[in-house]
Amino acid sequence: MKSRRSFCLLSAAFCLLAAAGCRQDMHNQPKYIPLRDSALFANGSSARPLVEDTVARGTLQDDEAFFTGKTGGADVNTLPFPLTKEVLDRGEQRYNIYCSPCHDMTGAGQGMIVRRGYRQPPSFHIDRLRQVPIGHYFDVISNGFGAMPDYRAQVAPRDRWAIAAYVRALQLSQHAAAAEIPAEDRQKLSQSPPAPSEGAAKHE
Amino acid sequence: MSQIFARSTNIWSKVSILAVPILVAFLGWAVVTISWSGYVTGQGLTRDQPVQFSHAHHVGSMGIDCRYCHTTVEESAFANIPPTKTCMNCHSQIWTSAPILEPVRASFRDNTPLQWWRVHDLPDFVYFNHSIHVAKGVGCATCHGPVDRMPLVYQENTLQMSWCLDCHRNPQKYIRPRDQVFNMSWQRPADDPGMGERLVKDYKIADVRQLTSCSTCHR
Repeated sequence: MKSRRSFCLLSAAFCLLAAAGCRQDMHNQPKYIPLRDSALFANGSSARPLVEDTVARGTLQDDEAFFTGKTGGADVNTLPFPLTKEVLDRGEQRYNIYCSPCHDMTGAGQGMIVRRGYRQPPSFHIDRLRQVPIGHYFDVISNGFGAMPDYRAQVAPRDRWAIAAYVRALQLSQHAAAAEIPAEDRQKLSQSPPAPSEGAAKHE
Repeated sequence: MSQIFARSTNIWSKVSILAVPILVAFLGWAVVTISWSGYVTGQGLTRDQPVQFSHAHHVGSMGIDCRYCHTTVEESAFANIPPTKTCMNCHSQIWTSAPILEPVRASFRDNTPLQWWRVHDLPDFVYFNHSIHVAKGVGCATCHGPVDRMPLVYQENTLQMSWCLDCHRNPQKYIRPRDQVFNMSWQRPADDPGMGERLVKDYKIADVRQLTSCSTCHR
C-alpha cells in the first residue's frame, strides 16, 4: 500500500515535471519560417535567392529616370516626382539612418564611422557636389562610389530620391543668405544654440 | 478475523492528511517555477553565436539606427537579420584584419550565409508581425529591452502568452509616440499621464476585445 502510493505520487510528479520542461511539436512545426535552416539545400538556407533577371509581376523597372537616375546616360536634373514636405521629412529620416554614420547629420563627412577609420567622404557642401545634378546622388546611393558601398538593398528607390532631395536641403542649409530666412527665424541666428537633444547627442 | 491495519498505521493516516496537500502544493509550485524560468522560456539567456556581435558597441557607442541593419522591420512581419554585405559596408575598411571578424569575411568571400542562432523564438502557432507593432507605437525596447546596452543579445522578456496579453489588454501603458519607436533611451514623460490613452485613440488601436481575440495571434 505504502509503496503503491509513493509510486503514484512519484509518477505524477515526473509527468508534471516532464510536461513543464519539454517543447512540444507544435512549437517547432516542420515548416519554413523566415531564415529557418533547411536540410534540403546545400548552403543550409531555406530562403532562396531569386534567379537572376527575375521580374516579379508589377515590379518591372521600366521608368529609366526613376530607377537609374539617368536619361540617355546623363544624370537627371529634377526629382522624378513632386517634392512635398512629406518627401523631405522621409528623406531626413532615411538620411539619418543610412547616411549619417559616415556623412554625419550635417553632410560634412565627419560621421562616427569616419572617425573610426573609414575613408572620409567629401563634404556635400563643396562646389562640385552642390553643382552635380540630383540624379548623381540617386546613382551613387544605388551603385556606390569610390569607397562607398551601394545601398541598393537597404534603401528603396523612392527613399533614395527622398534622400537626394534632403541632401539638397542640407546644402541649402549651409549656403543660405541671411536675407532669405523668414524674419521671425532670422533673429534666432544671433541667439546662442540650444543644448543638443538626447537623440542628437546619441548620434554625435 | 484480525484487523487489516495495525494500530501503528494510524500515524500514517494522520501524516498523509497533512502531507498530501503539501506535496500537491509543492508540485504545483515546482511546475510554475520551472515553466516560468529562463530554462524553459529562454529569458535572460544568450546564445553562442558564430560572431560575437555587440549591439552595445554598434548601437550604444556608434549610434547606428536599428533600421540600418534590420531594414524590413517597418514593412514586414519579420525583422530581418542583415546579410553579410551589410556588415561589410563598414568592415571592408574598418577592423579588416581582426580575427573576431574572420567568419564574416569568410561568409562574404564564399557567399555562404552566417548561421546565427535565433534568440527570440516564438512558438510556430503564434502569428506575430513587427510592422504593425512599429506602426502603432510599440518601441523596440518595450519588447527587446535595452539592446543598446547588451554586449551579447539576450531575451529580455518571457515571450509567454501572459506577457503578450499584458500589453494587448493595456496598450496605453506601453505605447509611445511613433517618432520615438527606435529611440532606445526614450522615457515615458512623467508630466503627461494621459499620453497613453491619447495615443491609443490617435493611432486607432483596436479595442481590447479585438486585441485579445484568439484569432488575432493564433491564425
